[in-house]
Amino acid sequence: MSSVSSIHADDGAHHHAHDDSKKTIVGFWLYLMTDCLIFASLFATFGVLANATAGAPGAKQLFDLNYVAVETLFLLLSSFTFGVAVINVHKQNKGGALAWLALTFLLGLAFIGMEVHEFSHLIAENAGPGRSAFLSAYFGLVGTHGLHVTMGLLWLGVIMHQVSKFGLNAVMERRIACLSLFWHFLDLVWVCVFSIVYLGGVL
Amino acid sequence: MEKNTAHNDGHSMSNSVIGFALSLILTILAFGAVMWGVLPHDMIMPVVVILGVLQLIAQLYFFLHLGLAPEHRENTVYLILTVMLIVVIVGLSLWVMHNANVNMMPMHMSTSDAMLHQ
Repeated sequence: MSSVSSIHADDGAHHHAHDDSKKTIVGFWLYLMTDCLIFASLFATFGVLANATAGAPGAKQLFDLNYVAVETLFLLLSSFTFGVAVINVHKQNKGGALAWLALTFLLGLAFIGMEVHEFSHLIAENAGPGRSAFLSAYFGLVGTHGLHVTMGLLWLGVIMHQVSKFGLNAVMERRIACLSLFWHFLDLVWVCVFSIVYLGGVL
Repeated sequence: MEKNTAHNDGHSMSNSVIGFALSLILTILAFGAVMWGVLPHDMIMPVVVILGVLQLIAQLYFFLHLGLAPEHRENTVYLILTVMLIVVIVGLSLWVMHNANVNMMPMHMSTSDAMLHQ
């Protein structure tokens, strides 16, 4: 009898925890939607200023599509590996989750490394953010995305440390679910960036 | 155990693989549309935009698990509202600034020149 009631109590607690984590995730999704609006304003700015090159080199002269394609591949792969990490989390496979999160971290780091290299290359070519309105809008938009990915990497590092220390409990599952939304969301923004800024710019 | 699979929320290996494969194909096609030079020039941008929108939908469905199922509906509604706001912000900004560029007096023209043009 007592075991039955304890199971019921446990079930209720579990249910309650699940509801709370659901609320957190919906709340985090709302934050992401406001982030969408930041990116929308930056895209609108870029769209308005795309031709305002003021005699400085434009997208056609500056961007190397092969380079951007590799960058894109890294970020897309990292989105996939994060998905696999979440599957491992649901299976309560701590080692697998940590390995896939680490792989995601490396792919994200490769993306950011390539972006920093691209930016420093542009600045060295005297095509920095101060050169023209087009370049200001470009650095503003792509830089904001890069900053988000950098924050995601920091967060990912913290999560990996916490998983290795505390294991995969309900709290960690919720945190990983939020970070997973964040990471996939950044890949969505990047789809818009490469379609409009790079592919549209080169045309 | 049953419960565990029930709140997987669509996080399955097949979903991830399908989402990744679709995204990869759509990305390659988008870069290809610009780099391979097989399309007529004024067709390229519409094709890139359509491929981009398809990839957004594929990732929203397979990676972010949005959809019309009751447990995902709330997030989907927020997204639809946000998309409406984005259309207003981006669309109207471009429209207003385009009209400003087309209809406003050019910088190199003096007021008297502009009056002569009328």
